[in-house]
Amino acid sequence: MSLYATRRSANSIATTLCWVAAIFGLAWLFVILIALLYEGLRGLSPAVFTEMTPPPGSAGGLLNAIAGSLIMTLIGVAVGTPLGMLAGTYMAEYGRHSKLTMIVRFINDILLSAPSIVVGLFVYTMLVHPMGHFSAISGAVALALLVVPVVVRTTEDMLLLVPGSMREAASALGAPRAHVVGKVAYRAAKAGLITGVLLAVARVSGETAPLLFTALNNQFWSTDLSAPMASLPVVIFQFALSPYKDWQQLAWTGALLITVAVLALSIAARMLSAGRRKSK
Amino acid sequence: MFSIEPSRRSANGAGGEAGSEMSEVVLQQAAAQSAVADRSRALGRMALVDRIFREATRAAAVIVLVILGGVIVSLVYGSWPAIRAFGFGFFVSQSWNPVTENFGALPAIYGTIMTSTIAMLIAVPVGLGIAVFLTELCPYVLRRPIGTAIELLAGIPSIIYGIWGLFVLAPFLQSHVQPALIAAFGDIPVFSTLFAGPPYGIGMLTAGFILAIMVLPFVASISRDVFETVPPVLKEAATGIGCTTWEVMRYVVMPYTRVGVIGGVMLGLGRALGETMAVTFVIGNAHKISGSLLAPGTTISATIANEFTEAVGDLYTSALIELGLILFLITFIVLAIARYMLMRIEQRSA
Repeated sequence: MSLYATRRSANSIATTLCWVAAIFGLAWLFVILIALLYEGLRGLSPAVFTEMTPPPGSAGGLLNAIAGSLIMTLIGVAVGTPLGMLAGTYMAEYGRHSKLTMIVRFINDILLSAPSIVVGLFVYTMLVHPMGHFSAISGAVALALLVVPVVVRTTEDMLLLVPGSMREAASALGAPRAHVVGKVAYRAAKAGLITGVLLAVARVSGETAPLLFTALNNQFWSTDLSAPMASLPVVIFQFALSPYKDWQQLAWTGALLITVAVLALSIAARMLSAGRRKSK
Repeated sequence: MFSIEPSRRSANGAGGEAGSEMSEVVLQQAAAQSAVADRSRALGRMALVDRIFREATRAAAVIVLVILGGVIVSLVYGSWPAIRAFGFGFFVSQSWNPVTENFGALPAIYGTIMTSTIAMLIAVPVGLGIAVFLTELCPYVLRRPIGTAIELLAGIPSIIYGIWGLFVLAPFLQSHVQPALIAAFGDIPVFSTLFAGPPYGIGMLTAGFILAIMVLPFVASISRDVFETVPPVLKEAATGIGCTTWEVMRYVVMPYTRVGVIGGVMLGLGRALGETMAVTFVIGNAHKISGSLLAPGTTISATIANEFTEAVGDLYTSALIELGLILFLITFIVLAIARYMLMRIEQRSA
């Protein structure tokens, strides 16, 4: 075979393999979504949203788990977002080139992908063990710890995108630094900051591992923050591994709910930041 | 200064002619004085708010550092009884017996490394292929939608992969893929051990495969981003001297982006090592090292997830926390290397 033919065939083999890889990668998204829709929709009924998690062998819903997930996610985001935003603000506005920023950025990126189960262990030794019992509040703290790195990262990235000339214009009018940040930089980066929060919600709403031994689980309705609380992911975990058909069906339906919520949040976040890119 | 003085003097002179005007000026001066006082008070307030805000942001940044320190300290504190009881033997012991309170981490460490290795063996070539596809081959209109779809795959919570793996993937592998593997490799040495035994469905191979699907989007999207940092002129020059698409990728783009791609792969590895829920569903939770990839095993994270709430006794809990500490240290090192490499390529492209 001539040199040209060899190179040409090497090229076509390689490019075909790349096509195959792309189809292989995308196929999983569809296979998983189809399985979720097929299995999850079968169990979807109003009862899912109005009834409590059942004992084995009887019908029921996921109301307490959905409520628990919402409560803990809300608290987690409410605690984690301000902390993350402030830290991100420091890194982008005050100490842009300082050593502290370099270190925090490095550590934050590591926390961003650190195993979430370790965060659960951390909260267990810091809160659950001293308190002596599992509680919703420690679950919320674990989620907050997962929110922080996401928000820090997006806040810093988005504030760095704000043109320096806008800050200089505000400073030239005599605005103090806090006003420059709060009334100019934050407003210019608003869509990006909201994107960060949405991504953080999407990230924590499916988290299971850190809740397993912080909030534990609760078969009944509970809004008591100092008591164990059910959450969708933990209920899915427990029900899917059980031998009862009713429970497994509820697990699939819960999985469908979480996936729809997470995909909706990530698509919303994406659209927000895409709109921003266009307007720029 | 000099230009203002004469004009002020002349204003004073004009004001001195009539008393009523004089008093008006005095009033104006008083008003001006109180305005100055107001303004300085306002400025003081602003300066205070400024300082508070600045210090608050700095404190928040420090808290992020404290969290990391807190994680390490609390894990060491929590695992201290186990460290004292087992010492270095914890790393090499294969026993896991809650009744006699004798624990060893080796099967879990082995399982973690094996499943991650399987995952990376599948995810790295496929992920790089997807990245090449997205930067070079894909029709332009499809690039964004396909890129977005791959990134959405990264956002799906791991418990979804778990339940899907348990009910869909594992039965499929058990009835179709694993018997074929056992039959195909049954007579070849080495491979016959790797693919020995009955097809359980759940086990190391299934767990590794699910991990591969989970880290695939990370490897693919980071590699794509890194590939896009290559200056077009380099690629054009290579194409200009007659290189094929593949040769441009192989001899220009990949050498240029090597550091970044390795960073992306390490980031995916960090995810695979620490992944909990998806693995817990399909690993089988068996505390033994088996030569066969089809056999059930366990990983560090799956052991913690399965046993922590049921752990009775301080030493059992402490051993599980020590497993967590080991996992955290391993992933910390892997992720630190990943970030360092990605930082280097960012600096170069900036």
